[in-house]
Amino acid sequence: MIISVASGKGGTGKTTIAVNLALSLENVQLLDCDVEEPNAHLFIDPVFEKKESSYIPVPVIDETKCNYCCKCRDVCEYKAIFAVKTGEQTGTVMVFSNLCHGCGACAYFCPKKAIKEVEKEIGVVETGHKGSLLFSRGALNVSEAMSPPLIRDVKKKINPAKTVIIDAPPGTSCPVITAVKGSDYCILVTEPTPFGLNDLELAVQVLEKIGIPHGVVINRSDLGDDKAEKYCKAKNIPILMKIPFDKEIALLYSKGIPLVREKQEYLEKFREMFREINCRVKEIKEGA
Amino acid sequence: MLSVALKQILVISGKGGTGKTVVTGAFAALAKNKVMVDCDVDAADLHLLLQPVVKERHIFKSGKTAVIDKKTCTECGECIAVCRFGAIKPGFVVENYSCEGCAFCANLCPAKAIEMRENVAGEWFISETRFGPLVHAKLGVAEENSGKLVAKIRQAAKELAQNKNSDYVIIDGPPGIGCPVIASLSGVDLAVVVTEPTLSGLHDAQRVMETASYFKVPVYFIVNKYDLNPEMTLKIEDFCKEKGVPMIGRIPFDKSVVNSMVAGKTIIEHVKGRTKEELVNIWEKIKQ
Repeated sequence: MIISVASGKGGTGKTTIAVNLALSLENVQLLDCDVEEPNAHLFIDPVFEKKESSYIPVPVIDETKCNYCCKCRDVCEYKAIFAVKTGEQTGTVMVFSNLCHGCGACAYFCPKKAIKEVEKEIGVVETGHKGSLLFSRGALNVSEAMSPPLIRDVKKKINPAKTVIIDAPPGTSCPVITAVKGSDYCILVTEPTPFGLNDLELAVQVLEKIGIPHGVVINRSDLGDDKAEKYCKAKNIPILMKIPFDKEIALLYSKGIPLVREKQEYLEKFREMFREINCRVKEIKEGA
Repeated sequence: MLSVALKQILVISGKGGTGKTVVTGAFAALAKNKVMVDCDVDAADLHLLLQPVVKERHIFKSGKTAVIDKKTCTECGECIAVCRFGAIKPGFVVENYSCEGCAFCANLCPAKAIEMRENVAGEWFISETRFGPLVHAKLGVAEENSGKLVAKIRQAAKELAQNKNSDYVIIDGPPGIGCPVIASLSGVDLAVVVTEPTLSGLHDAQRVMETASYFKVPVYFIVNKYDLNPEMTLKIEDFCKEKGVPMIGRIPFDKSVVNSMVAGKTIIEHVKGRTKEELVNIWEKIKQ
């Protein structure tokens, strides 16, 4: 079972939910796929055993073989190759590797076989554990624009024998989709403010589009209005948990201390939420 | 008369939900003669405070998606073999949200059965608000290329500001450090990092500061809800001193800020006392 934790708006409590759910269950693997700003390790404090680079392939052109036919430029949809032909065997060719998506078309179509792909590091995947909890995270290198290939590398660590919990990045575009794709269920975390609701609606549209069953956790549930709850009821989206604002919870979070460590009553709440998700996923699978 | 150069000021945070949009809203209310831009195109919220009236609406086309013509397709499987994004599913159906639009398959297909169609990836708007013009956008659900949409609206806002002889462009940034953040940082005069006194807030602020420095953009820091953990606020202040980054304000935790969001107003209009005073002071420091 793979459960991802997402939200349109940032800072609603994704990491809090992912970490505390992971710590409330047995036989769990937690993946931090918010690779631009990974934070789950601050709460888990894992022992990392392995650190692997994540690469995308980028082209390098061997100008001794190149005849400046410009085929590579023509097949590149991302304008990552600049090329001009100035004479029979002369010209200029340049690669802008920051624009490259690593599709490999240029190398394949080069008639002179003058293009070799080399690996460019975009970030690292770290793997470790805390007790029996397996933990992996990705960290994007500063100044790198493209996180989805790194997110895919983190997800290669998925162990199907475990309950897998994925901490997703905020937003509604490629990084989120890459992170939540393939999940059996997605928990959307929101806050009951107009910002929270606006972004929750967007996140629900994303999950509807890619067809992942979902429920909502309302965090700081007493700071704002009741519109998020009304929206969920109208859309028939289950509200899985409500967490009221509590200075003690905010303080624990600020220090990197997981909620379930200090407030035992939440252990049972998270387990209950997991049971409910399990039931819903079963129902859906049997229904299909 | 002395002509003052246009100043572009970006509000970012790394971590989501630290208060970027609320701070940007306050600047919108305080600054004279400016244009506002919401660059969080994934999950835009600034419009909820500024309540814009749309004056111009533009389609944002970006990227392409492969479309396979079933009648021409011979199911040879070459497209599946070369696609590095796993976008062509059994039955030769393209999974739209996985396709990166590289056109490798279309260029390769021996039957010429694959066409690349341009995506309508979103919309962008020039609007009028009670504080002046706002340029904002809506990325289509589960679409990519948010960086390009950010670049587009940044350009539109800059042109508008130049035509109107504005003094400032005030930019609400996206969370994270990836593609849309890099597009937001391009060519700005100052990045104001809004952080919170938590381990995650500090961790993420460091990464976003490194990103801004990499692109040679000067940075100021603000700590929001600083009194939720005064000890962590001190740590952030030490960090700023060590890095030589000016810390220009500490905004207290104030429940009436949530009420102002619910009312669709900025802090300057709706909140009294220290919170408002602090934001007035912060803006004075930025103006200098």
